[in-house]
Amino acid sequence: METPRTRTLVLDVPRWPGHRAGQHVDVRLTAEDGYRAQRSYSIASAPEDPRVALTVDRLDDGEVSPYLIDVLRKGDRLELRGPIGGYFVWDAALGGPLLLVAGGSGIVPLMAMLRHRAAVIETADARRHVPARLLYSSRRWDDMIYRDAIARLADEDATLEVALTFTREPPQGWTGFRRRIDRMMLAEVAWPPSERPHVFVCGPTALVETAATALVELGHDPALVRTERFGPTGGSA
Amino acid sequence: MNGDKTQASEQDSADDHVGQALRLDGNFAAGILSEVFIPDMTTTRGMCASCGAIRPLGALPVYGRDMGVVMRCPTCDAVILRVTRTPRQLWLDLTGSRVLLMADPTPPLIARADGS
Repeated sequence: METPRTRTLVLDVPRWPGHRAGQHVDVRLTAEDGYRAQRSYSIASAPEDPRVALTVDRLDDGEVSPYLIDVLRKGDRLELRGPIGGYFVWDAALGGPLLLVAGGSGIVPLMAMLRHRAAVIETADARRHVPARLLYSSRRWDDMIYRDAIARLADEDATLEVALTFTREPPQGWTGFRRRIDRMMLAEVAWPPSERPHVFVCGPTALVETAATALVELGHDPALVRTERFGPTGGSA
Repeated sequence: MNGDKTQASEQDSADDHVGQALRLDGNFAAGILSEVFIPDMTTTRGMCASCGAIRPLGALPVYGRDMGVVMRCPTCDAVILRVTRTPRQLWLDLTGSRVLLMADPTPPLIARADGS
């Protein structure tokens, strides 16, 4: 479990063709009566990882996520389609700077990008040419997905800067941001548009639209701002 | 993406919905489109038949439900592509896209002759 309501599933997928950081899979469940439900989940693992990890956010009224979180056991089989999507993708070859903006479970595909960056750009010197910044909004400290993994990545890598914001309950003694992502916050965290960062924004629809609009207003090239909306149920800010 | 996005819940805001559909991105349509097209459709560029704007389909706003998706032009809001799954068939309407520009799906392998 990553948080009380999110779980990472590590899957062994025979004949997996390999994926790129940011891609997703469609998971299809078929009930005994033939009823089918299909949902999309971002891949959390780096392409360099031989197993495929999905992080699933539990929606109490969902048809698929409660099964994946509460019922699925080691050895169970799942029907997958993927990897899917070549648009919301970052490869190390694309270069930097890399600006990642996430709300709630929108962190998942961005984590794959950070893991990919850490895996293929090995030296601090090389990483300085592809600096990365993450702005991550969670409701509460306890809802923050990959809390330890993000801290570890940032500790080991001076060229990765992490800014967190908590919209409801920050941790005790928190002196950082405590509001929804807005234009002023992005102006503070992002590189100037002249640096031409590759921007990936992922999260609930309202957060994605606020952030993408603000970034373009700040002068970032719309072609460099890629978005992925989770719909309203991403469980974040 | 993270799952169960077609499920509405009480915390949804009005902005996230158009009728019963959710506002998403072209990425969401990639799975169902992969049943029709071999190249990746999120990086495929589409030309709006209404205003001529050209964009990667992954960048288009998508209105999605369990049974299918509607992709719209962000410039003029015209419908560019609709795909719907009925119990018997997949139904694809491309009247709103004048041209689709796809990457070569399978780059050719380079063989080298090795005698006869």
